[in-house]
Amino acid sequence: MAASIQRSLQLRKSLFLRLVPQVVSVQRGYVASPAVEKFAKYGGRNTVTALTGDGVGPELLACVQKVFRFAGAPVVFEEVEVDANTSDSEYLNKALLSVGRNGVAIKGNIATNHDSSQVSMNVKLRTELDLFANVIRCKSLPGVSTRHGNIDMILIRENTEGEYTNLEHENVSGVIESLKIITEANSTKIAKYAFEYAKKYGRKKVTAVHKANIMKLGDGLFLNCCRNVSEDYPDIEFNDMIIDNASMQMVSRPQQFDVLVMPNLYGNILSNIATGLVGGSGVVGGVNIGEDYAVFEMGTRNTGMKLKGTNTANPTGLLLASCDMLDYLGHKKYGSLIREAVLNVLNEKRIHTPDLGGQSSTTDVIQAILDDIKPGTKA
Amino acid sequence: MANVKRLLCKALSHSGSIVQAQRCYSSNRRKLVTMIPGDGIGPEISCSVQKIFAAAGAPIDWEEVDVTPVKGADGNFHLPQKVFDSMAVTEVGLKGPLATPVGKGHRSLNLALRKAFNLYANVRPCKSIEGFKTPYEAVDLVTIRENTEGEYSGIEHTIVDGVVQSIKLITEQASMRVAEYAFKYARDNNRNTVVAVHKANIMRMSDGLFLKCCRHVAGQNKDIKFKEMYLDTVCLNMVQDPTQFDVLVMPNLYGDILSDLCAGLIGGLGVTPSGNIGEDGAIFESVHGTAPDIAGKDLANPTALLLSAVMMLRYMNLGDYARRIETAALGVIRDGQILTGDLGGSSTCSQFTDEICRRVESIN
Amino acid sequence: MAASMTSGVRSTTLLLQVLRRGIHQSVSKGVPTAAENVSEPAGRHVVTLVPGDGVGPEMMGSVQEIFKTAGVPVDFEEYFLSEVQSAQSADYETVLESFRKNGAGLKGIISSPHTFKGTELQTLNMKIRRDLDLYANVVLVKSLPGYITRHDNLDFVIIREQTEGEYTALEHESVPGVVESLKIITKAKSKRIAKFAFDYALRHNRNKVTAVHKANIMKLADGLFLKSCEEVAQYYPSIQFETMIIDNCCMQLVSNPHQFDVMVMPNLYGNIIDNLAAGLVGGAGVVPGESYSDDTAIFEQGARHSFATAVGKNIANPTAVLLAGCNMLRHLCLEYHANHIEEAVYKVIKDGKVRTHDMGGYATTAEFTTAIVNSL
Repeated sequence: MAASIQRSLQLRKSLFLRLVPQVVSVQRGYVASPAVEKFAKYGGRNTVTALTGDGVGPELLACVQKVFRFAGAPVVFEEVEVDANTSDSEYLNKALLSVGRNGVAIKGNIATNHDSSQVSMNVKLRTELDLFANVIRCKSLPGVSTRHGNIDMILIRENTEGEYTNLEHENVSGVIESLKIITEANSTKIAKYAFEYAKKYGRKKVTAVHKANIMKLGDGLFLNCCRNVSEDYPDIEFNDMIIDNASMQMVSRPQQFDVLVMPNLYGNILSNIATGLVGGSGVVGGVNIGEDYAVFEMGTRNTGMKLKGTNTANPTGLLLASCDMLDYLGHKKYGSLIREAVLNVLNEKRIHTPDLGGQSSTTDVIQAILDDIKPGTKA
Repeated sequence: MANVKRLLCKALSHSGSIVQAQRCYSSNRRKLVTMIPGDGIGPEISCSVQKIFAAAGAPIDWEEVDVTPVKGADGNFHLPQKVFDSMAVTEVGLKGPLATPVGKGHRSLNLALRKAFNLYANVRPCKSIEGFKTPYEAVDLVTIRENTEGEYSGIEHTIVDGVVQSIKLITEQASMRVAEYAFKYARDNNRNTVVAVHKANIMRMSDGLFLKCCRHVAGQNKDIKFKEMYLDTVCLNMVQDPTQFDVLVMPNLYGDILSDLCAGLIGGLGVTPSGNIGEDGAIFESVHGTAPDIAGKDLANPTALLLSAVMMLRYMNLGDYARRIETAALGVIRDGQILTGDLGGSSTCSQFTDEICRRVESIN
Repeated sequence: MAASMTSGVRSTTLLLQVLRRGIHQSVSKGVPTAAENVSEPAGRHVVTLVPGDGVGPEMMGSVQEIFKTAGVPVDFEEYFLSEVQSAQSADYETVLESFRKNGAGLKGIISSPHTFKGTELQTLNMKIRRDLDLYANVVLVKSLPGYITRHDNLDFVIIREQTEGEYTALEHESVPGVVESLKIITKAKSKRIAKFAFDYALRHNRNKVTAVHKANIMKLADGLFLKSCEEVAQYYPSIQFETMIIDNCCMQLVSNPHQFDVMVMPNLYGNIIDNLAAGLVGGAGVVPGESYSDDTAIFEQGARHSFATAVGKNIANPTAVLLAGCNMLRHLCLEYHANHIEEAVYKVIKDGKVRTHDMGGYATTAEFTTAIVNSL
């Protein structure tokens, strides 16, 4: 069995080389380690890559820029256009170089063309930059009426392997094999990240989500890694839950969850469920984080193609992500300034876009946020 | 091709010396000068200089030497011994441009000559040339650069990986020597002020020592005015109003930079003469490139080498010939009729040379 | 001459060609400008002000007056810091703390006594740079509209490493009469300044970075600097990279300065080029500069001269300090006020009626300041 894993890894490698032209692998060497300094930060101002994405991505990024400027947040954006039409490796390289220079990016989601054989740009970004963890925080918002109240959970998802390896082939006609890769190294890394996160933010419990009853080896390895890591953190409670049960628990009694850690696909499912519970993709921010780089984005990776140009998209999610980005860059003052304004508009002033049942447009929301920031900018 | 050129040159210089010999028989007072024609356009322009000297009747005989490096017994490339032998006799050299092979095994020729003859001071008079328009007018200054130590000491080492230390060396002896020369030069050439260029506000000890030496020498030469200026201030003032400067004396690196800067003010290295003064001799040279693209096409501008040769005549106390040649050359440029391409004309090198020769003969 | 200009060091590998092809479709935009309307944040900012020696206090008075008239929401925390008049100087640590706290400051020139008294090799300026780690110095060389100099329409940026190189203050007398001064170049700092230069070029929509060096002589030290620049250049395929030897660079600057865009260089060369370039566009009085660390930005004159001979004569030119002040406002996101003041300064200079002595006029500092105030 170990041999077969070995084989599939080799297969992955060869397939990777085939799919991604040589240039990318050359480029990878540069990106793997940051230029010198981690960030492009001078005189307290950071340059941040803005990857525009598809759908409402460009609009929402413009909103973020507007709010940042108004709040005086010391960030300069370097815009790099990436969308579904720019899936060439040269565009990817440009995006990678830019993130490599700046260390931090904020990104609208990129649509993936299902028909083409191209690997999704989102996935490529994550693997090339080794953004191994996807972190989103789902917290109930008092101003948004949902079925469940008092939710506050962190979902940490392994981001680079698992089901998302793009290793699929047709053995014989009509039979497709799709390979899921779980490695000890990556599983341990994500587990460690989850426990460190829990420790840093004073969380009590980490739940590992898996399907080790069926996938005994793959998910079993993941679960074992989590268990091993948990022994180093005696103060933090550890339990595990099977993915189907977790999904059910999530919609029936979501308050029981604190920090969740899981492989790629389960993370995708659970984070969408959790996001739905607290008000939808418009109000949740997330981040893909690696050792050297961080890419901030909306909690769920929806492009909102239908909302494009209608001025109805909800900017809250991306704005919250951008506040996390400010915190990450060390501009905590501006991070909380903007976050407070965003939440205030959402919870107290209740200026909502249609996705939350409101009547307001994106610009109304932004204007309300700017008005809210105004008194706060007094130094 | 190069051989043909050299032969041609030799023939020309021969005929030149025959002309000379006919005009002036007092050959016992004639002086021998080592000539290093150089590469690229070097042979053409040195030829042109020899022709003009002949026309002026300057009592100079040329000993041409080849400086192509030869492989020594130890496997390294050296300059041919003949260069040193010739220079040891003549003590004066005139040198055209040399192509320095980058990154090759042998040391640069300039460095070797500098070491061999203790050429401690590099002198570059920069004087605006009438008729050759640049954004700056009436520039007339001289940069004197310490040539043997300072930043170009060549002492560098890597301390740990990624950290390099380079040593700038300033000695009292060398600083005194160049300061003394600066004042002597000022007096010999009827100049009023010597400015010491330094950065002693930052490099308080090293540049401080240089400055101290200059002050000391200035104390002994009260007839010449002495000023001290920061390097940055000099740069600032230089591009605003270069006419305020007269003689500038400075350590190696600053001199390297400022001398090229000043050359830029008057139109580039193609018209700037240069001299290297040493304890055991002096070499005058043109410091421009070898211009391989126009080599052999009779398009080169011999002005820089000619003006260097004029400096050489002055150094050899042949000021009268120097004056005549200089007047002729500058006259040709001022009139603007016969100029080489880089000066904005369309004449060939030999037409330009002939015109200067014609004028030299008519000046007394 | 042409041979010594090693241009196009960037290897034209397939990779970079491929990368370069896409540049025009999505030029990386640095500062979001044109399309965006200029916001006016309501908050007030606090910045540190160190007037410095020489004419510094006069200049800063002029800046404060103009800022006040323009209604700029900036409060100054003023400290007098001086090495020459050490008795009146504020506590060094207090000033540092203020810079650290505010993250931005306006600084005059602190002059250093020439003579080495045998105790401290570092000057106060060097100490500030080192303690705050202000590693990057930026000088903005731009021709002033309506002010005729030998070269028109110049617009380039000089970026200088200012924490190592020749300015290490490591000097000693090996034997009497022989002084050694150490120049230190490190890979980390060279890469840092190179990255700064390229990032600066990106942020400000500039196209070319020229590294200035003397690696033909200082093969190890300047060689390391050059190599670091080349390495960093790999990250910036959209920016052209070339190298130039310092002496040739000086000559090119006075004969053909239009070829330059962004220049990056080690410490001493930067000092030279800064002043040289300042001279090209009108002197020390008109060129603004700025120094950056990761967290702090200090704005000052581009060419550092305290102009001590003009103290109290009311003749110094405050243009450089004013433009530096405008750049500071931009740094603080006060674009509106920055543009407002900058336009007023340009207008007064362009009209040509009121100019200070160094620009060929007869106006005093006060008159010049008043003219700007009036045109606001």
